[in-house]
Amino acid sequence: MERLKIATVWLGGCAGCHMSFLDLDEFLIELAGKVDVVYSPIADVKEFPEGVDVCLIEGAVCNVDNLELLHKIRARSKVLVSFGDCAVTGNVPAMRNQFGIDNADNVLQRAYVDNAQFNPVKPTTDGIVPALLEKVQPVHEVVHVEFYLPGCPPPADRIKALMVQVLEGKTPKLEGAQLKFG
Amino acid sequence: MSARTLTIDGKQISAEKGASVLQAATEAGIKIPTLCHLEGVYDVGACRLCLVEVKGINKLLPACTTRVAEGIEVTTNSERLNKYRRMTLELLFAERNHVCAVCVANGHCELQSLAYGLGLDHVRYDYIFPRWEVDDTHRLFGMDHNRCILCTRCVRSCWHIEGAGTKNVAGRGAKSKIITDLNQKWGDSESCTECGKCVMSCPTGALFKKGSAVGESERDRTKLEFIVNAREKKQWNA
Repeated sequence: MERLKIATVWLGGCAGCHMSFLDLDEFLIELAGKVDVVYSPIADVKEFPEGVDVCLIEGAVCNVDNLELLHKIRARSKVLVSFGDCAVTGNVPAMRNQFGIDNADNVLQRAYVDNAQFNPVKPTTDGIVPALLEKVQPVHEVVHVEFYLPGCPPPADRIKALMVQVLEGKTPKLEGAQLKFG
Repeated sequence: MSARTLTIDGKQISAEKGASVLQAATEAGIKIPTLCHLEGVYDVGACRLCLVEVKGINKLLPACTTRVAEGIEVTTNSERLNKYRRMTLELLFAERNHVCAVCVANGHCELQSLAYGLGLDHVRYDYIFPRWEVDDTHRLFGMDHNRCILCTRCVRSCWHIEGAGTKNVAGRGAKSKIITDLNQKWGDSESCTECGKCVMSCPTGALFKKGSAVGESERDRTKLEFIVNAREKKQWNA
């Protein structure tokens, strides 16, 4: 059987979901026997490859880089999994949306100018810090997503429960205690 | 009291005249999901979670405000009902800012548990991300409108259990809002008896006791100081 190509990406999130992924412990060894991790923040790969079977996406869509990468991921992957509450609901990163359409500018003003002790300046130089989008969105509001893995972060056994089903080619179903936001 | 005989999910049951379909079902051990219903106060049919099918009627009816009638055939669980219940929950999540990860009620929330019960793993509607304030002016309690689902449980328990009439609803539709007295700060309320029944009634994290949110825990070390003082200085300063 051909080894499945798995990718994990980190958009606008705190990396907690990836920490939880590493918390899979021994299952990671089992997983390594079955799949190739072709792209991940914990693998040194620069370009998102073609022909990915399953991609776990942590984080909400917050900036232009997230948006560009997400469209590339969709075009190059068969199955997308919204991995954690930021990807599924927008969660904490999306709280800035409550401040209206000027929120991106206000957020930068607050973080880099109002609260700055030294050198207060908004990071606007091209090509250094990606521009914030007007509105933070959950992944499925931007591209089609096959499956959802909620939790902040999803505990390791929930990630395992979903991964086992996905690797078997099934439509994963999370129930009871395995289905929870927050 | 005369009895009425009806069928719920194929089960023949009898209930007292004037009882709601919800009461009849509960007595017969049939569970209907509810959100705005609260034991001890009258029902208003606000949340639409308890919608049921009644044979011969095209509309779905709320079990909590529909009275039993002779011979009616009620269905409480069907694909159609679950579709609408899930839709209702998704709209509730989309309408305000229910950020579970940073909520005082996370893990103890009726909105959450109903959502999981219906297999809700994401919300299909675009989130609105409205701007709502938090009223933290009261000495003991707080109100976070971001997490309010307008079930009016707090209003009903304030009026009909405590009898204070402090809580009310203002506005219309999605812009409705739970208010204190004449839309004043809770901390300025003269009618609030500080009984906390509204907080006890709330199904989500909208009403909360102060001192439990992130960063609010204030250390009370008086007991510790008392013992250390007694041990070291032989002083028992109660």
